[in-house]
Amino acid sequence: MTAPARSSLADRWHAYLLPRSLHPGAWWLWALGLAVAASRTTNPWLLGLILAVVCTVVYARRGDAPWALAFRLYVVVGVLVVVLRIAFRIVFGGGAVGHVLFTLPEIPLPDFVTGIRLFGPVTAESLLIGFYDGLRLATMIICIGAANALANPKRLLKSVPSALYDVGSAVVVALSVFPQLAESVGRVRRARRLRGATGKGLGALRGIVVPVLEDALDRSLLLASAMDSRGYGRTAQVTRGARLLAGTCTILGLVGVCVGVYGMLDGTTPRYLGLPLLVAGLLAAVAGFVVTGRQVRRTHYRPDPWLLGETVVACSGVLVGALLYLASTVDGADLNPALSPLHWPEVSLPLLATVLIGALPAVLAPPTPLTAEEIRSAGARHTRSGSAGTTTGSRHETPATVEVGR
Amino acid sequence: MIRFENVTVTYAGAARPALREVDLVLPEGELVLVVGRTGAGKSTLLRAINGLVPHFTGGHLDGRVTVNGLDTRDHPPRDLAHVVGMVGQDPLAGFVTDTVEEELAYGMEQLAVPPQVMRKRVEETLDLLGIAELRARPLRTLSGGQQQRVAIGSVLTMGPRVIVLDEPTSALDPTAAEDALAAITRLVHDLGVTVVVAEHRMERVVQYADRLVLLPGDGVVVSGDPATVLAHSLVVPPVVELGREAGWSPLPLSVRDARRRATALRAELALATPPSASYGEISGDRAHGVATPTPHGAPGAPISRNTVRSVATSSGSSVALAASKVVVRYGDVIAVRGVDLTLEPGTVTALMGRNGSGKSSLLWALQGSGPRQSGSVTVRGQDPGRLPAREARALVGLVPQSAADLLYLETVEAECAAADTESGSSAGTCRALLDRIAPGIDGTRHPRDLSEGQRLSLVLAVQLVAAPEVLMLDEPTRGLDYRAKEELARIVAELAAEGRAVVIATHDVEFVAGAAGRVVVMAEGEIVADGPSAEVIGASPMFAPQVAKVLGPPWLTVAQVRAARGGILQESRP
Repeated sequence: MTAPARSSLADRWHAYLLPRSLHPGAWWLWALGLAVAASRTTNPWLLGLILAVVCTVVYARRGDAPWALAFRLYVVVGVLVVVLRIAFRIVFGGGAVGHVLFTLPEIPLPDFVTGIRLFGPVTAESLLIGFYDGLRLATMIICIGAANALANPKRLLKSVPSALYDVGSAVVVALSVFPQLAESVGRVRRARRLRGATGKGLGALRGIVVPVLEDALDRSLLLASAMDSRGYGRTAQVTRGARLLAGTCTILGLVGVCVGVYGMLDGTTPRYLGLPLLVAGLLAAVAGFVVTGRQVRRTHYRPDPWLLGETVVACSGVLVGALLYLASTVDGADLNPALSPLHWPEVSLPLLATVLIGALPAVLAPPTPLTAEEIRSAGARHTRSGSAGTTTGSRHETPATVEVGR
Repeated sequence: MIRFENVTVTYAGAARPALREVDLVLPEGELVLVVGRTGAGKSTLLRAINGLVPHFTGGHLDGRVTVNGLDTRDHPPRDLAHVVGMVGQDPLAGFVTDTVEEELAYGMEQLAVPPQVMRKRVEETLDLLGIAELRARPLRTLSGGQQQRVAIGSVLTMGPRVIVLDEPTSALDPTAAEDALAAITRLVHDLGVTVVVAEHRMERVVQYADRLVLLPGDGVVVSGDPATVLAHSLVVPPVVELGREAGWSPLPLSVRDARRRATALRAELALATPPSASYGEISGDRAHGVATPTPHGAPGAPISRNTVRSVATSSGSSVALAASKVVVRYGDVIAVRGVDLTLEPGTVTALMGRNGSGKSSLLWALQGSGPRQSGSVTVRGQDPGRLPAREARALVGLVPQSAADLLYLETVEAECAAADTESGSSAGTCRALLDRIAPGIDGTRHPRDLSEGQRLSLVLAVQLVAAPEVLMLDEPTRGLDYRAKEELARIVAELAAEGRAVVIATHDVEFVAGAAGRVVVMAEGEIVADGPSAEVIGASPMFAPQVAKVLGPPWLTVAQVRAARGGILQESRP
């Protein structure tokens, strides 16, 4: 009995690990969970660990698409934030009490700007405050960057609830306009040279802007007529009342969610503005989406399924966020290390272990589909050796499952 | 299937209706070809079928259009999407999504087709149109022919009874056009879809058509069997013109029909002086080019040398442009691979080759505005690539593929005045040139409102103000009807007669046969054939014009045949 059971378990494991691109929502939930976790702490050890976790997962599970390569940009922004925060602390002095590291010549300011000081003594405490704050913000930014690197933003727009479909498709069309605009600007600028234009001054600007805008206008009209001819905007007949109800629910719900998120993240706001409002807002928004969704008759081609892998990824991130949130409400000493007296920040083992949960997707998330280059090399190898598919479960075994989602 | 009942369409502000009292019945399962001059109302007719006229375009529609029993009056285009599929002139402009697969599914998503059915139909359509290997490709990276097939597929997945195509092959090279046409005929034969096609390049489609709808230009419509309608049409493909010339009845519509009847004509022409005789001595003596200024097929308008200053150089050199080892690369892609080219004054050279073979890159590199990694270009002893733009255009003028990019002012007059100041010519030079090229264009009109042919003439005039020695045109025949193309051939012949070297990159073999003396064929960035038109395109399986396919290599145009037969008559008379 045990042998077939194990093999079926092994089969399931292989099926689970088949390369595919995950539902973008899973990666976003995971990243937001880690961002929430980062927002609850200023402990540099914990923040550093979160950063390490995020980078590990990104490098283990990102594809070769252009958006995946933008992760580096987010890291740069994060570093910039930390540097700026520390620089501000030096320039504007900050708290005068504490261990003075060095003293810069102070620039005297007129009397009416009280409370602001330029340069002067720089204390270790003020630098550390700047560093901790900056690191927290940088970690949150990099978490969002990770979500962008791991999930195709356009697929995310496609999986929005059907009530938001129109907004989603407008955004998709707008996104595709930018490369087109860049292309026409390049084309027109080259063409301007043919007329001997020097490319300077207001006249040159006009020579570029007018043809580009005319081109864009022509194109958008063509696109609109093509979308119209292909059935865009076919909707079921809806009563005015139902439309009003749906709209009200959706807007109120979204406002509730925004305020609720703020209440959750900012520890100083009253409790009732946090979780309760967030839940109420979510409920209202979902109700609005359901009502609107009923009015729309539209289907999705090959939607991203939500399988076990998605649940694992989303849970690992959400769990980290939730646990750190709980920890901060119970005892914030480790999460927000005190600066007076000045000492090395300490961190407890349970908290470190909690953050490490977030790294599970690096191993447990199904691998991303092969990149175009890997497919080519895999194909070459197969034709050379003639024996395909012996390494079951490896990334290169199933090039046939690759074509989707890029 | 499609029924027009007494339909009159008038656009707002138009002096006369675009369509007038049209009664038309298009039965199910037919391939209908719609022909007529630019502005005769072809697009209006096509767009009325799915209700874009007047729901989307505005204007007033009298009468009634029904498709599959549905009245377009009550059904806007989106509600007819499952009955009529519409493929526009520029497929790329109509794409909504990014990848082939998503594009094929888009229409079905709007129609709320169940996911399993969608999946199956997408796979079937991919196979039917032979685009399965492109499924994950971004649409922007596809070639023109592939884009056209994806556009057809994207409406086909909705399971329409009618598919309407506006100029499906005019932007395509001959091979890609064959692909697209094969897909279209397959729709009619295998799926029983009614297909309505408008096409300037009639010679490509007419042989497959079951019915011809002719719009003579005054808003009325003539419909019927292709051979019958063409007997009275002003615009006909070369093979029909040849049939008229030889007095065949019924008129042949395909090359194959004509070839079977042509035995007598071939025998008759064997006695005549072949057209290549006039090229013969030249092509024997020189490696490149043909010095005969006036091409045979161009309708021989009188060439007036005195109205425009001649640009022929006094140095007396017989080379207008010499290029050697020109290399153009974009990153890893090598667009032009060490090309050597010599252009002689007074010649018209056609540059042919499939899309992406490096034609445009070569033209831009020769002009000096485009990138050129190595090699040299010499015009009048100077390299246009090393000169400022203003001086380069006085050596080599280029009319780019999207000619409208050069225009940015509100009126034709303003454009002309700007062109005069740009090149430092006296006021009125550009307008004089324009009047010579295309007389009678109202100076107060907006350049965007001109017809394709008129706009091309305007850009041509703007570029000619700089008096370049070499003039290059990139795909000028796109969107031109037969008469506009004849007009262009005349202009080109005049420019050559003034001593300029003219280069035309084009896919249009019939235009090349009539307008160019020398043909250069490019493939993968290299020149693979170079010589007199009769030799290069006459014998080519892909590029041969219809007359050459019927009568054999030296004969390229009906005008040549007509002239030769006239010669025979004259000889036999005395």
